[in-house]
Amino acid sequence: MIKIKAKDVDVFYGKKQALFNISLDIEENQVTALIGPSGCGKSTFLRCLNRMNDVIDICSVKGKILINDFNINDKSCDVVRLREKIGMVFQKPNPFPKTLYENVSYGPTIHGMAQSKQEMDEIVETSLKKAALWKEVKDRLHEPGTGLSGGQQQRLCIARAISVRPEVILMDEPCSALDPIATAQIEELIDELKKEHTIIIVTHSMAQAARVSQNTGFFHLGQLIEHGSTDKIFKNPDSTKTQDYITGRFG
Amino acid sequence: MNKNKEQLLNKRYKAEKRFRLYGQSAIFMALLFLTVFIFKIFSTGYSAFQKTWLIVPVTFDAELMMLEQNPSKEDIQDADYYDIALKSMADLDPNANEDQENELKRMVSYFFEKEIKNELLNDPSLIGKTKEVYLTASDDLDQVFKGNYPRDLPEDQRRVSDYQLKIFDQLVANGKVESKFNISFFTNADSREAELAGIASSFMGSIFSILVCLMIAFPVAVLAAIYLEEFAPKNRFTDFIEVNINNLAAVPSIVFGLLGLGVLLAIFQLPRSTPLVGGITLSLMTLPTIIIAARASLKAVPPSIREAALAMGASRMQTTMHHTVPLSMPGTLSGTIIGLAQALGETAPLILIGMVAFVNTIPGSPMDPAASLPVQIYIWAESAERGFVEKVSACIMVLLGFLITMNLFAQIIRHKFEKKWS
Repeated sequence: MIKIKAKDVDVFYGKKQALFNISLDIEENQVTALIGPSGCGKSTFLRCLNRMNDVIDICSVKGKILINDFNINDKSCDVVRLREKIGMVFQKPNPFPKTLYENVSYGPTIHGMAQSKQEMDEIVETSLKKAALWKEVKDRLHEPGTGLSGGQQQRLCIARAISVRPEVILMDEPCSALDPIATAQIEELIDELKKEHTIIIVTHSMAQAARVSQNTGFFHLGQLIEHGSTDKIFKNPDSTKTQDYITGRFG
Repeated sequence: MNKNKEQLLNKRYKAEKRFRLYGQSAIFMALLFLTVFIFKIFSTGYSAFQKTWLIVPVTFDAELMMLEQNPSKEDIQDADYYDIALKSMADLDPNANEDQENELKRMVSYFFEKEIKNELLNDPSLIGKTKEVYLTASDDLDQVFKGNYPRDLPEDQRRVSDYQLKIFDQLVANGKVESKFNISFFTNADSREAELAGIASSFMGSIFSILVCLMIAFPVAVLAAIYLEEFAPKNRFTDFIEVNINNLAAVPSIVFGLLGLGVLLAIFQLPRSTPLVGGITLSLMTLPTIIIAARASLKAVPPSIREAALAMGASRMQTTMHHTVPLSMPGTLSGTIIGLAQALGETAPLILIGMVAFVNTIPGSPMDPAASLPVQIYIWAESAERGFVEKVSACIMVLLGFLITMNLFAQIIRHKFEKKWS
């Protein structure tokens, strides 16, 4: 089933066009990887999906992005609602400089998801469990989140993102600041999370894309060169550019 | 080739050594200036914290005080103390003629009547008895006792006569002169008499001014900074505002004083010489300082924190209030305290709005006339009496102490509440 449908998306930074005519379908409950060389626009595209580009004054987005058949670029779309449904994990772990508990409970608090302290405790616990962090931190929920290791911080950010039960999770190179062991933990986690969430991950690592994703899109110079199942993209791509990039001949 | 390289390397080491030497001598110079300054202030000022008392036997003669038998508290309050006060001073030298009696009277402050009265009010049973009472010595004798008065000047160039010195020396020899901690320096308002002048009025004036300044400048500045930094669109107009705020910070303070004079006093008819007007004027001065500090500390909050909150579905307002502002508070607060410390030391604008007036009452609210510490320093420095010289330095010491405390407070806030983010 198609969860997100992007149709003819153009993005401009001032006068400079960063994305050209992107059309891409994203399957529900699967992991879609976006790959491509630096500056090709894959992160920009990712940030279109929860309208994080709104923050940048000079950035303008054209075209349609349908999520559950609703165009999020429409004026009637409320970004607060949208971002509640579409969580995001960033490149560098960015926990709030507050306690672990406050980090995870922040989303549910502002969206009024828990009626009581007990309910909130439950949300925090399940979120941390889903993010495979509960065992490590259950005794120090009230210590600052910034005191964790890099990999733990990133899992805390994932716990924070899933605490509001989003339908889609966007991940912008979530492992680029982590060591191989932490990376492996996060990848395992992604595999687990796709049962309940649709995941879109931007990555620089070809191997990671091959390991975690079912679908892959290849971006180059602001254009979506090719997209399809990960198997096909990696084993038998249509475009020679894709072939060259994957085999490491450029990029 | 190799030799050339070695020379080059040597040259580089030498350049580095030279540069270090420059730096060290610069720091040495700065420390030297500071030491000289502090030494000068302390060596002149420390004696102001001591006050000289003459111990004089006073006979509480009911007749001279015009008191009847078994007087009530009110009677004692209203009694006439001038005669017994005068008599007790005159009795210091039984052979004194009238002129000399006058000179004897001038050996103590004009407050001596009240000091004798307070003694009796504390202990009404003294009527008819004689007791040794501590009387504030005149400022000149105070200086003599502290060794600040040149005795070898010809008599007609001194304010202390040979006769007064003779009696004073006798008193010293008899152990009837004592130096005690000068409490009245902290509890008295300003006075024309150096021995009675204190900083209570100007200290309270400074406190009230700073409070008014804080209450006006802080909220306005923080709101302006938050709006400019987090909400305002970045365009030519906001750039223009930013440039002008920076300009405002560079405006000489006396200009703000003129503004206070022309607008607050002339147009709004606010009461002259009050900490209220002083505080408002100072707040104009502090405003840009706080705005700049608040904006800098808002800018220092990593954008990743804002992104994290926004991506969680927080509105812009929530992102700002829940995350950015609390994280920027330590910087904002310490900037505010620095701004207030500047305002505390400001003299020129306060002189213009009339806080330079002679105020011998202690203000109870920002609406009462008052001086402020730096203005008090200015007033005393202008006075001719020798007794005010040490007071100027002592007042500077109090002001410096106040400023150092505030800066220390700013440092503590910064260290204690600053959160580390990875």
